[in-house]
Amino acid sequence: MTTEKNPQNIDEFLDQIGERTLLRFSTAGSVDDGKSTLIGRLLYDSKNVFEDTLASVQNVKSTSVAKGEIDFSLFTDGLKAEREQKITIDVAYRYFSTARRNFILADTPGHVQYTRNMATGASTADAAILLIDAKLGVTEQTRRHAFILSLLGIKHFIVTINKMDLVDYSQKRFDEIYNEFTGFSSRLQVPDIHFIPVSALNGDNVVNHSDAMPWYNGSTVLAHLENLYIKGDRNLIDFRFPIQYVNRPSHDFRGYAGQIVSGVVKVGDEIIALPSLKPNKVKRIQTFDGDLEKAFAPQSVTLILENEIDVSRGDVLVHPNNVPKAATDVEAMLVWMAEESMDLSKTYYMKQLMGSGKCQISKIRYEIDINTYSKKDCSTLQINGIGRVVLTPHHKVFVDSYKKNRKTGAFIIIDQLTNSTVAAGMVLDRTTVKQLEDDKLNDVSGNLFKSLSDITYKERCLRNKHKAKTYWMTGLSGSGKSTLSKEVEKRIFAEGMQVYRLDGDNVRLGLNSNLDFTAQSRKENIRRVAEVAKLMNDAGLVVITSFISPFEDDRKMAKEIIGEEGFFEVFVNTSLETCEQRDTKGLYKKARAKEIPNFTGISSPYEAPVDADLHISTDELSVDDAVSQIVEHILKSC
Amino acid sequence: MSYHLNHLQQLEAESIQIFREVAAEFERPVMLYSVGKDSSVLLRLAQKAFHPGKIPFPLMHVDTGFKFEQMYEFRDQMATELGFEMIVHKNQKAIDNNTNPYDLGTSKCCALLKTEGLLEGLKLDNYDAAIGGSRRDEEKSRAKERIFSFRNKFGQWDPKNQRPELWNLFNTKIDQGESIRVFPISNWTELDVWHYIHLENIPIVPLYFAKPREMVIRGTQLIPINSQSRLLPGEKSETVMSRFRTLGCSPCTGAIRSEADTIPKIIEEMIQVRVSERSTRVIDHDQEGSMELKKREGYF
Repeated sequence: MTTEKNPQNIDEFLDQIGERTLLRFSTAGSVDDGKSTLIGRLLYDSKNVFEDTLASVQNVKSTSVAKGEIDFSLFTDGLKAEREQKITIDVAYRYFSTARRNFILADTPGHVQYTRNMATGASTADAAILLIDAKLGVTEQTRRHAFILSLLGIKHFIVTINKMDLVDYSQKRFDEIYNEFTGFSSRLQVPDIHFIPVSALNGDNVVNHSDAMPWYNGSTVLAHLENLYIKGDRNLIDFRFPIQYVNRPSHDFRGYAGQIVSGVVKVGDEIIALPSLKPNKVKRIQTFDGDLEKAFAPQSVTLILENEIDVSRGDVLVHPNNVPKAATDVEAMLVWMAEESMDLSKTYYMKQLMGSGKCQISKIRYEIDINTYSKKDCSTLQINGIGRVVLTPHHKVFVDSYKKNRKTGAFIIIDQLTNSTVAAGMVLDRTTVKQLEDDKLNDVSGNLFKSLSDITYKERCLRNKHKAKTYWMTGLSGSGKSTLSKEVEKRIFAEGMQVYRLDGDNVRLGLNSNLDFTAQSRKENIRRVAEVAKLMNDAGLVVITSFISPFEDDRKMAKEIIGEEGFFEVFVNTSLETCEQRDTKGLYKKARAKEIPNFTGISSPYEAPVDADLHISTDELSVDDAVSQIVEHILKSC
Repeated sequence: MSYHLNHLQQLEAESIQIFREVAAEFERPVMLYSVGKDSSVLLRLAQKAFHPGKIPFPLMHVDTGFKFEQMYEFRDQMATELGFEMIVHKNQKAIDNNTNPYDLGTSKCCALLKTEGLLEGLKLDNYDAAIGGSRRDEEKSRAKERIFSFRNKFGQWDPKNQRPELWNLFNTKIDQGESIRVFPISNWTELDVWHYIHLENIPIVPLYFAKPREMVIRGTQLIPINSQSRLLPGEKSETVMSRFRTLGCSPCTGAIRSEADTIPKIIEEMIQVRVSERSTRVIDHDQEGSMELKKREGYF
């Protein structure tokens, strides 16, 4: 089975064990599937049980095996209550090795009430043995455990179909269970699933091949564990260094101590600190055993940076071209683990590598029905419930999806009152429409975050009985925008709708009094007005604007700010001759006399819209008719 | 470029992460130092975690007064050489009452001198985190232990109701008076510990190395003879080439017959001897599940 030659002396042996790889795996399965027995058998047959341990279990009166035989389950059930009740309550860790590999095994409980302990054991595992009783076949617990294991990101399943001796070592029975399992496991996104028929009690296919099942030519459980390739599961791409501890033993040394949770870092690398986004450079990578040129996950090191910056525990160092996503809301899967059910009105504490702090569970999207893996509506999660939620941290967070990064995409939820760990969470790789909007709203520095009201736009619309949109009137000075907009506002108000008019002159007397009429200021003028209109729309108000807004690009910008759906462009088309003739404010005269610079139509261009939503030609229409056309449009679209 | 970390390098990185987490998250941590080989490894890992700074918390030795003379010498020498703060705590009341294993039996003696001594010592300075060198592979109830293990106001462990501990996201939240026991080398085996001592050249108490020693043979155990020992009627000592696999109190720690006087030889012996390491501790075998009972009461 193993290809290594036996070491000739102790030094050879030490060299050999120095290069052994480590595999962490967990076990899962229902009660009485024989998990503890399988592990006992694995340890015993691979000669990893000490004599006195063996003697101590032989001293214990066992009810489940015949006199003189070893009750293998007693190796692992370490608590008195467990041995008395013959159940596993909490995860037990076991350590054993073969010539090829060292193993850390998390033996986890099968009872549904101890699911949280099962998740504890699986969270650090690379692979999982999932036991199925050949007589019983796939049970609810099998589905639950398979789901949790896949949720926790375990990429290698070893589905061990146990108690084959009780079904006459039947290949037909093995195939049935294989088919049943693969029938639902295709939905789990587990890339590597392997099936092995065993009898833990008799030792068939655990460490030694079985003569009882000549139809099975695959590897034994131990051989499979020894040969499993897991190196590729480590993330060496995305450099993430959460600062654990700032080491300042003297004035001339400031080191940032932590564990590289993923990726690689080299001396001289440009880095940035989250959340401040301040750039810096790696000066030294320091360890007790000397400086390193490069370091990689999962090494624990101390980084010394070129520039002293204000970073502290909880901040994360990353490469500038590979930054996790900033988020106000986090889409995540939760496994609820507390007796008290999830409370959406409560403030919890969220611990994660990318910045811990208080948070709200602001929404529950659905719960997973563990039998069918389908989504069901729910208002909370009970103990052992699994569901998708939206978390709203009170602090700024950066997130990697759990799928991409098992370290940084994980978090736990702690009840602030009881201090207990109430849930385990995994960040999802999903983007919602709302998040896209948030991303757009986040300013460049990333320091501003949208605070969302509990009253939604939809609720406001329901109360107002109409939608809110912006009717953007553009046209030359004197084209009739103000006259029209005033009349339209009156008519719409009379219809019982919430409406407000934003007028160019009014805005320039107040909000925009610091702006002149250069192209740049005109652009800023339009930007501010569009932002105000957007807020008013959010508040449920129909907005009518009257601004010359002569530039195509500026109007496009306004449309982008307000949103395509809520923006209607109304082109008030009046010829320059007519406008100049009217000259109600005497501005054309001043402009012609060069008293006003940058006057649209005279000394500054007007870029007429080519595809306005509404085209009003005041040269041909009466004021009344023009107003009616606009009002009709509003009533129809709101 | 190689991105390979072997088994011990992985364990070391994990342990250092745990040490730093304690220093960052707790106000008053303390590290229990029992002078044994596991404590020696723990000490080296703590040095590594905070290098080039000093270990940012004190070390505490809960002294029963029954330790081997060489252990006291070694302890004081390490404290001087490495310059860490060393607190020695004794349950003085029990010692004044002449608490000893000969008259009280190992269970009661342990409860008073070790468990009570420890709880008293921890309370003295309101330590909120106590770091210890227990490993899960030592004993079956220790196999159930979390890395950050919650203790109530009385220092007690509730093994049936432990906090879930996922990934390496440790819940360090406690209320006034409660505490957390932290086990940075939870995932190390006896072989890992020896192998690390070998590779890192970590100093250990000479009692671990074989040499001719005065012993009395009691049942299957070799009991060392010193000034405090009491012989049972009919017993007499003899010189045995022997060493200690684990170090506890001298009256209750048995030696093993051994020729191993170097660390490679100790390792060689260890992989041939198929007896688990705590078997030379008298106390663990008093009754079935005795370690669990002691741990519930606050023992490490």
